[in-house]
Amino acid sequence: MISIQTEDFDAGAEYLALRDSGAGTGAIASFTGLVRDSGDTQDVSGLFLEHYPGMTEQVIASLIEEASQRWDVRKARVIHRVGQLQLQDQIVFVGVCSAHRADAFAACQFIMDALKTSAPFWKKELSETGEHWVEQKASDVARGEAWNK
Amino acid sequence: MTDKTVTVRFFARLREELGTEQLTLAISGHQTVGDLLAELAGRGGPWAQLQGDQPVMIAINQAMAKSSAPIRAGDEVAFFPPVTGG
Repeated sequence: MISIQTEDFDAGAEYLALRDSGAGTGAIASFTGLVRDSGDTQDVSGLFLEHYPGMTEQVIASLIEEASQRWDVRKARVIHRVGQLQLQDQIVFVGVCSAHRADAFAACQFIMDALKTSAPFWKKELSETGEHWVEQKASDVARGEAWNK
Repeated sequence: MTDKTVTVRFFARLREELGTEQLTLAISGHQTVGDLLAELAGRGGPWAQLQGDQPVMIAINQAMAKSSAPIRAGDEVAFFPPVTGG
């Protein structure tokens, strides 16, 4: 299931929902991303997140589909917030249920890495000195491409 | 006038710097989305950055596309900077 939303989410409730994925599930891996106080600029006070409604959901759905073809995925959950976010706010949640831990870890990391370089979201850092659209990082591109090798 | 148009959308830094969220453009004579991009870049000023140093990503009907991809009437074309979510 995929949610793009302005409101916060309850990672604990999401974990409990992932547990309810059948007796074949032996592992749950999840990732939560938070707003950090430094990025391209120092003293970041918050973020503004923009997305391309419709395309975003399609891209993430295709990433979950690809993960399901490569690894054992019993259930997958992706939440990504948009709009105005404050320091330490939750931005993104990816959770995957698998039979075994290796598949859970890999599928979760793949979805997260690929989301960063292919899902149409854009971050703007807000600080005392102004606003700055975040630049895509070569290290993120490399991480995304590494899954294609 | 022609009814052969495409919708063009801009996001993030491009949306702000072009001061434009969405356009409807006639596509008579355009073969590819790259032709459309070149025409818009030809407007000059901030539009020149569409063919500048910074990469511009392209989507057609909400799927990533290359500049050589053909466009057809009714398509939704989008131009945006490299994505930075997560």
